[in-house]
Amino acid sequence: MADTTHTMNEALSPIIDELKAKFGENIQDVSTFRDDTIVKVSREAIVEIVTYLRDNTTVPFPLCEDVFGIDTFERKNRFQVNYHFWSVEKKVRIHLKVEVDERDPHLPSIVGVFPGANWYEREAYDMIGVFFDNHPDHRRAYMPEDYEYYPLRKDFPMMGVPGSIPLPKRS
Amino acid sequence: MKTVGIEAEYNQPISTSDLPPKEKQPQILRALLEQDPYLKFEDPLEHDMVLNMGPSHPATHGVLRLLVRLDGETVISVVPEVGYLHRGYEKIAENETYHEFITHTDRLDYLQPLHNNVAYILAVEKLLGLEVPPRAQYLRTLISELARISSHLVAMGVMTMDVGAMTLLLWCFREREKLYDIFDLIAGARFTTSYTRIGGLAQDISDESIAAVKAFIDQFPDRLEEAERLINRNRIFFDRCRGVGVISKEDALAWGFTGPNLRGSGVDHDLRKDRPYLVYDQMDFDVPIETEGDALARYYVRLAELRESIKIVQQCLEKMPKGPIHADDPKKVLPRKEEVYTRMEELIHDFMIVNFGVNPPAGEVYHAVESSKGHLGFYIVSKEGEGHPWRLKIRSPSFCNIQVLPKLIKGHLLSDIVTIIGSIDPVLGEADK
Repeated sequence: MADTTHTMNEALSPIIDELKAKFGENIQDVSTFRDDTIVKVSREAIVEIVTYLRDNTTVPFPLCEDVFGIDTFERKNRFQVNYHFWSVEKKVRIHLKVEVDERDPHLPSIVGVFPGANWYEREAYDMIGVFFDNHPDHRRAYMPEDYEYYPLRKDFPMMGVPGSIPLPKRS
Repeated sequence: MKTVGIEAEYNQPISTSDLPPKEKQPQILRALLEQDPYLKFEDPLEHDMVLNMGPSHPATHGVLRLLVRLDGETVISVVPEVGYLHRGYEKIAENETYHEFITHTDRLDYLQPLHNNVAYILAVEKLLGLEVPPRAQYLRTLISELARISSHLVAMGVMTMDVGAMTLLLWCFREREKLYDIFDLIAGARFTTSYTRIGGLAQDISDESIAAVKAFIDQFPDRLEEAERLINRNRIFFDRCRGVGVISKEDALAWGFTGPNLRGSGVDHDLRKDRPYLVYDQMDFDVPIETEGDALARYYVRLAELRESIKIVQQCLEKMPKGPIHADDPKKVLPRKEEVYTRMEELIHDFMIVNFGVNPPAGEVYHAVESSKGHLGFYIVSKEGEGHPWRLKIRSPSFCNIQVLPKLIKGHLLSDIVTIIGSIDPVLGEADK
């Protein structure tokens, strides 16, 4: 059951090899913790890689499970955006990770490939403050639309910013 | 007709010609108006209307808000909005130890708190590399399935009530009440159970609880048959549900449907079978699938899953071994209270675990379980030497299911909205986190 080893799922290795052969430099790193394999990819190639993951015949990933952001609070490449994909056929999951710098927090949207990523990306934008270019409906997901902070950034205080959500006027 | 303020809180339909100018419209209204009109208007000036539904509306299963654009009674486009129950659990998790967050998982999907406890603790244990004894695994499987039954009962009852069958709701809640009494016996609380602990469970199950579970599953199939007799050949129910909210297999996958909703569209995918966790690999059960992809198919999938859950509960009770319910790892697992009071080592461990947390290795893990709504996953990023997660992401199935609503509702009548919401069974506590 539980294991403390870090081994990649066997079903994943052919697709990882294919990705490395096809995208070369854009696959920056492949790491495995427990049985979760995280492929670090470059921001520019994310849409092509995701399209390839969906359309390939070796291990097709038709289900985009989640997209979300992480604030690492590092000076360089502060934000990370993670993607999970599930292969219904091969019963295996792959994680992609894209690093985004704070000075240019933009990355391409994958809504064109997976329509279901629409709200995941809205949530990531809402919580972390990374912007998804060419997103068809780039609104906040949870917070009010005129809210100016990103709550899951590490410099946002746990108790919130006083006065950041104004109360409605008495009528 | 009055014009719309910036808050757009109105319960009367408003003709689109009376809306404020574009620059004064809230974003959600603009998103609604900019969607492709699915249908042609007969007479745009008279029939094109905007209607606000929710967030406090009995048929939206909580605090879901829908902004609907209508042509007469036909829905042209709809924009759902969530966030009215946003409590910031992911932020809270970053400031609490792994143990403390268990209580918050009760409040995520409030129809199946026990299952959320299990789902969260499995992710933490995967991060720690901890293996729990067989009895605890069987118990966790048992409570997961009981929680699934109680959640599906609400889904069934509320969906049928939305289409007009009040009786079934009361019958389902009667059965659910029995289950909640059992949860009270097992976990010591009916609703906010917080039953799991890292490396085990809060307490062992008593013989009284086992007898209660047995008594429940013995009588439950008959009650289910009664409900079926009432609904499954009911003309009104069929007419309201058949062909409503249809989604194809490919679309369901592309839009991120999981759980019974995905299986209602004919995709054979269940994490309990495809990537077994706990002791599901030793259980004999089927994954019910329907191919139509409409509201009726999703209802049938849930109905069939209730029977499969009973099978699993029965097998759990039969196969459950005796033995400890806590893993033997004093640095990670909270010691028993009586030992803390009498022994030095245990007192130290208790102090360290409560005050500084369990200190997992640095890494990132994701563990998803098949909840009654779909993939319920927890992604944990941990840093070396810290007792609380650096980032905890809850992959909530309801959030992903709600975003498909515009696709399902378009082109149907206003009254079909409640059928469709009921058939995808969202829980806003989970969608809003």
